[in-house]
Amino acid sequence: MSNDVVLSMRDISKTFPGVKALQHVDFTLRKGEIHALMGENGAGKSTLIKVLTGVHSLDGGEIRIAGSDAPIINKSPQDAQNHGISTVYQEVNLCPNLSVAENLFIGREPRKFGFIDWHTMNKKATELLKSLDIDARATDKLEECSLAKQQMIAIARAVDMKCQVLILDEPTSSLDDEEVEKLFVLMRRLQKEGVGIIFVTHFLEQVYAVCDRITVLRNGTLVGEYPVKELPRVELVAKMMGKNFDDLADIKGDHKVLEKFEPVIEAEQVGRKGSIKPFDFAVNKGEVVGLTGLLGSGRSELVRAIYGADKPDTGKIKVNGKEVKINSPLDAMKQGMAYLPEDRKKDGILADLSVRENIIIALQAKRGMFHPMSRKEMEEAADKYIDMLQIKTASRETPIKSLSGGNQQKVIIGRWLLTNPDYLILDEPTRGIDIGTKTEIQKLVLDLADQGMAVTFISSEVEEMLRTCSRMGVLRDGKKVGEISGDQLTQEGVMKAIAGGDSNE
Amino acid sequence: MAKLKTTTDSNRKINGNTFLLIITIALFAIMYIAGMVIFADKGFAKPQMFLNLFISNAGLLVIAVGQTIVMITGGIDISVGSITALVCMVMANQMENHGMSAYAAIAVALLIGLAFGIVQGFLISYLEIQPFIVSLAGLFFGRGMTSMVSTEMISIKNETFLAWANAKIYLPFIGSYSKSGKFHPAYIYPTVIIALIIVAIIAVVMKYTKFGREVYAVGGNAQSALMMGLNVKRIKFKAYVLEGLLAGCGGFLFCLNSCAGFVEQAKGLEMDAISASVIGGTLLSGGVGTPFGTIFGVLIKGTITSLITTQGTLSSWWVRIVLSALLCFFIVLQAIFTRMKKKNA
Repeated sequence: MSNDVVLSMRDISKTFPGVKALQHVDFTLRKGEIHALMGENGAGKSTLIKVLTGVHSLDGGEIRIAGSDAPIINKSPQDAQNHGISTVYQEVNLCPNLSVAENLFIGREPRKFGFIDWHTMNKKATELLKSLDIDARATDKLEECSLAKQQMIAIARAVDMKCQVLILDEPTSSLDDEEVEKLFVLMRRLQKEGVGIIFVTHFLEQVYAVCDRITVLRNGTLVGEYPVKELPRVELVAKMMGKNFDDLADIKGDHKVLEKFEPVIEAEQVGRKGSIKPFDFAVNKGEVVGLTGLLGSGRSELVRAIYGADKPDTGKIKVNGKEVKINSPLDAMKQGMAYLPEDRKKDGILADLSVRENIIIALQAKRGMFHPMSRKEMEEAADKYIDMLQIKTASRETPIKSLSGGNQQKVIIGRWLLTNPDYLILDEPTRGIDIGTKTEIQKLVLDLADQGMAVTFISSEVEEMLRTCSRMGVLRDGKKVGEISGDQLTQEGVMKAIAGGDSNE
Repeated sequence: MAKLKTTTDSNRKINGNTFLLIITIALFAIMYIAGMVIFADKGFAKPQMFLNLFISNAGLLVIAVGQTIVMITGGIDISVGSITALVCMVMANQMENHGMSAYAAIAVALLIGLAFGIVQGFLISYLEIQPFIVSLAGLFFGRGMTSMVSTEMISIKNETFLAWANAKIYLPFIGSYSKSGKFHPAYIYPTVIIALIIVAIIAVVMKYTKFGREVYAVGGNAQSALMMGLNVKRIKFKAYVLEGLLAGCGGFLFCLNSCAGFVEQAKGLEMDAISASVIGGTLLSGGVGTPFGTIFGVLIKGTITSLITTQGTLSSWWVRIVLSALLCFFIVLQAIFTRMKKKNA
């Protein structure tokens, strides 16, 4: 191990039942370096961090840290901390009801005759905050501090525990630009003091603003380690998405050109603080519009704002040319919208209910409690969509949890088709399902559009988007940055748009 | 230091929790002064009337402070009324039917509380069962065991015990004059002193010990506390054990007041303890609350009782009715403050 290396992870492997989360991954962190860890969903970033911090045990490989000769084994975050590895998470892990000083020192409070010495604790806290240039009072309650300050206090706590390695796991997700800048100042300070920082983020701008080196993971394997200066953005995006930029095959769906433009849905300057900056967006009758961008770029946030799942705080939404008020998903449903959420398990299926119940629930909610559907009506509806979508289920009364992922997804598509929407939003409808079903769903989307439905399609797979969409909105770092259509709808065009900035940077 | 303190204090915004406590104290003062004005002829203005608040609620005070501790962890214990009944019954039975000494009976009282604390605390913290469910079982168990000991009321005639119960401690210079002009000095019972000492100790524990601060941390955000290296389960367990011990002790004080054990004793006491904590500024969601605030919660409950008994014609159920209305009022206030906090964040 050379002198300036503070952390080296070699040949790390980790398997969860059915998933090889990490395969022979190497990672090296040098002294006084800010090192970005990048990768799309399922790349293994969080598994790598969790293995490092002792949340998960490793199946293979070794972790070495400067100052200890033998490889270290972390069995808990506490162990990791004792080895000088501290983590600050996206969700601030502090106690809001305690004072700033207590949050810095809890578990190791200065004591006098066995009792907590508040005076010394507040003094030490004040010194620590001052030394890191954090503008917070030791005696204030943590909940009185802004989120950014809380984040910095969490960092101060980590740093004061004598850490050599500081892991920042998406610390900027809920901060605004100014707050991010303050955080960067703090990071650079720590960097000068020789702390090695692992920075996990989705924001490309931030990587290029503050990092020295980038390690890219994909599907649990190491893609490579690159100095930031030598890796142009567009190549980074290509590496994250698993495309070799030089030989991108051209996939192009054959899209009908719309004869007339009848906007079903129009959003004007709709935005929500902290999740998506104000955007304009429209979808016409019979059109499939894609939304593309890296994970965390605001794809889901955009559609959630339109659908009223996260109520927007600016802008207006028009449905079929008429301005409407959408305060909740139910309002949106009544306006003829339907939304398939990204996380099927969490937001979509009602696991213990039957296929039939899962199919009819949205229509029932739209009708309201006082117009119950008859049993016959429900059974007919269920049978119709089981047949039409070729859902593989033992019967319509089988609990949905015993179906495969792809078939669960079809049930949910059936649920929304039953409400007969004018506008259908599909957020990652094909994630985690087999190729055959994927193709079926893509075909279904095109068929629906042919029948005149307006569709918004979100997917991490560029090929799939190219096949189905005739136009794409591009998002980057929580902002809609443009739209591409026509000739630009190629893999290369999409990637350039996603990477943004000066592509040769 | 002194200088630093004044500057921080003058800059400090009053936060929601402090504000709630101020409301509580103000409410107590208004209620009590109103009572003094309206029922002046019935002796409400006498100092003894104020001391009676402590005398009749000494047991509740200790129990409510225990309740406050577990509520700060985010939990609850609804078995305290039954624990009290069981403690009283067992003490009475041991002393009257088994010739146990009063001293040994105290030890038994504390042991009963401790046993409840250990068992309930273990189930709640290590097996992660809902505190409400665990203590609901404790509630039925305690009351059931009480009737197993005896379904008849047992009056305590143990001399040592009665001597403690009736030992009036006169306060110097404080008192009132009767119509004939005779000076009646105000007095308290030993129960009041014991209760206040215990509350003071708990107040110090909560503010100045590692354990006390850890209880707040766990209640504030258990996940964070875990990430910061605290042993959340053990801290919760300790909190319930301490609370059980306090319930046993409160039961003993309660017994000194009633000098008897009977099955229906202290029924609904758990609700008095919970409402006293909440009115005294303890958040149901955990993380916030002080023994000091709880004292005022208990005093408000005591004042309502005094007002209603002094009034004379109202049913004693009005105490619980008014108390529950207040409880609702404070819970709504808490919810409003929590919402405002979220908005500001």
